[in-house]
Amino acid sequence: MSGVPLTHIIIVSSLLFFIGAYGFLTRRNLIAMLMSVELMLNSVNINFIAFNKYLFPDNLDGLVYTIFIIAIAAAEAAVAIAIIINLFRNTRSIDAEDADQLKN
Amino acid sequence: MNLPMNLLLIPLLPFATFLLLGIFGRKYLSPVAGIIGTTSLLVSAILSLQAAYSYFIQHTGEVYTSIVAWKMTWLPFSQDVSIDIGFMLDPISVMMLVVVTVVSLMVHLYSLGYMKGEDRFATYYAFLSLFTFSMLGLVVSVNIFQIYMFWELVGVSSFLLIGFYFDKPSAVAASKKAFIVTRFADLGFLIGILILSYHAHTLDFPTLIQRLTASDSTYLTSAIGSSFLGFSALTWGLVLVFMGGAGKSAIFPLHIWLPDAMEGPTPVSALIHAATMVVAGVFLVARLFPIYAISCPGALELVMWTGAISAMFAAIIACTQTDIKRVLAYSTMSQIGYMMFALGVAGYGGENGLGFTASMFHLFTHAFFKALLFLGAGAVIHMIHSNEMKDMGGLRKSMPITHITFLIACLAIAGIPPFAGFFSKEEILSAAWNANKAIYYIALITAGITAFYMFRLYYNIFWSKEAKHDSHIHDEHSHGEGTLTMKIPLLILSIGAIGAGFIPFGNFVSSDGHHLHLPFEIANAIMPIGVAIAGILMATALYKKENDKSDKIVAALGGIYKGAYHKFYIDEIYLFVTKKILFNLIGRPAAWIDKNIVDGAMNGIASLVMWKANLIKSIQSGKVQDYALYFYIGVFGLAILAIYLVK
Repeated sequence: MSGVPLTHIIIVSSLLFFIGAYGFLTRRNLIAMLMSVELMLNSVNINFIAFNKYLFPDNLDGLVYTIFIIAIAAAEAAVAIAIIINLFRNTRSIDAEDADQLKN
Repeated sequence: MNLPMNLLLIPLLPFATFLLLGIFGRKYLSPVAGIIGTTSLLVSAILSLQAAYSYFIQHTGEVYTSIVAWKMTWLPFSQDVSIDIGFMLDPISVMMLVVVTVVSLMVHLYSLGYMKGEDRFATYYAFLSLFTFSMLGLVVSVNIFQIYMFWELVGVSSFLLIGFYFDKPSAVAASKKAFIVTRFADLGFLIGILILSYHAHTLDFPTLIQRLTASDSTYLTSAIGSSFLGFSALTWGLVLVFMGGAGKSAIFPLHIWLPDAMEGPTPVSALIHAATMVVAGVFLVARLFPIYAISCPGALELVMWTGAISAMFAAIIACTQTDIKRVLAYSTMSQIGYMMFALGVAGYGGENGLGFTASMFHLFTHAFFKALLFLGAGAVIHMIHSNEMKDMGGLRKSMPITHITFLIACLAIAGIPPFAGFFSKEEILSAAWNANKAIYYIALITAGITAFYMFRLYYNIFWSKEAKHDSHIHDEHSHGEGTLTMKIPLLILSIGAIGAGFIPFGNFVSSDGHHLHLPFEIANAIMPIGVAIAGILMATALYKKENDKSDKIVAALGGIYKGAYHKFYIDEIYLFVTKKILFNLIGRPAAWIDKNIVDGAMNGIASLVMWKANLIKSIQSGKVQDYALYFYIGVFGLAILAIYLVK
């Protein structure tokens, strides 16, 4: 348990966050973008748990936040999927490039 | 004296009638509108006759003073200057009260028959009441601004009544023309008021007159002292006030609206455009007469010459017109010119004031016979359904009462004794003889022309061709000579046209309030009577029987006749000045500046903004990932900032 230092975990979560950010900016498929958002959320979750465990082992705040984030991520995924389905019904496409009606 | 309430009822009754008929008239009161209007005006007329009786007859002492029966401060500007609303009695306002209410009553009565079956009968009576109210308010004004307000109200009601048949384009055009021309003149009036009150520091009539006539007053010195373009401020003020009066009174060259105003219903022409409203200008000059006469004879000279030119000019045009109402309109203009130059030749006080008395006398008598002429013409038009002389002729048998009363009015206006016009015209002519011989001869010639064109009118209507209208008279559309309510006013007014001249007018109205003995010499009367009879005989020779003599004269006169027939092209000159000069030289450049410079500046700013916006609008790509990138950059920036600041 004590073999893994805090920095390793933070490096993993940073990598995970930037992979998500990169994916969000580069993928054109809305579903893939949604998945990238989930990656970012999960990297935050890892941070919360790691800090809770290593810095304040007596408190439960980080764990409670993580549970909230997971719940909200599920709700957000449901809403996002609904939006994507509606978009697909209108434009027969789930490409983010095609959804530019707010242009100019 | 009376209680002020009795006096206040004189203008307030027509006003109440106006409100009642104006608001409820069309829906609920249409059948009785005429009765309501006439009754309320009857009460008004009785009250003004009573006021005149107490003012003139029960009066004791040598001098008629002006009495302010009631007054309230309506709009105070400073300690001294305020706009008041009040009720002032002096000889001329009492006389005008009688004239306005009596003529208005006759017209109300006459309209019962004339306007019967009209769609907007109640509206018509509401407008008539509004007019009567404004005119009464005008004549009793205590304050030069009060007179201005009622002056404009009179203008509005005249506009409404000229345009009464608003579905006729010519009536609409005429009402607009009347309103714009008089409005233009009123601009001068307003500036004149401002100049006079600026120097006199008051708007109140008695104070204004007192301050601008007393020879040692500092106000007068200030008004004479400051000058503009070579004339003193006082002259400018008085001339501009006279311009307002000339516009309302249809004095040359602001007369162009009056002939067109004949598009209104004929009783309206009788009331407004013959007997009452058009003499408002004469009344205004008479009201300020002491200032004109004592302090500024130059302005009075202008009044004299404009009046004389107007009288002669209109009389010549009247000889050529074929629309009977237009002949009467020009004759009105000519008679008002008479009143104006009579004021112009007068001086202040004593015997010099003869012209003033004569002018007011003529105003008084003219109101009766001119209203009578118009109402008579109305009866003819009512029967023939045409204004043109060529459709008339030989009507004396089918319209006996109209014929006799019209003849009386013609004799009165021509100045044949013992009819009313003779006496007043005679006074005017002797006043002119004493003051200025040139004016006297102009007046004398005009008197001859007046007699000529009035009898040309008379013969063309009632004689000339033998009654070819018999077939008309019996068809179902004809009204015959008109109802009883149309005949009674004619009879009452003809009594006025016969008898008004016998009133010893000098005892009542004079420039300074003292009694004035009117000189009457047979020798002075011979010339005018001779000229009038000559005019009548000439008209008799030319027009009594249908013949071609008049056509031959027309052919002989050629260009002169044509010029007079086209009213000396004054309308065309106005059109030229407004359309060609004002519109082209001022209107079009102004429009160009508006379109290109003012609008151009606005459009320039707009397109500058648009050009800039085009440059930066590509940021708004509409793509969600671009926005996310901006968001990341922003967060990044904030994070760096936070780290930097924390350090």
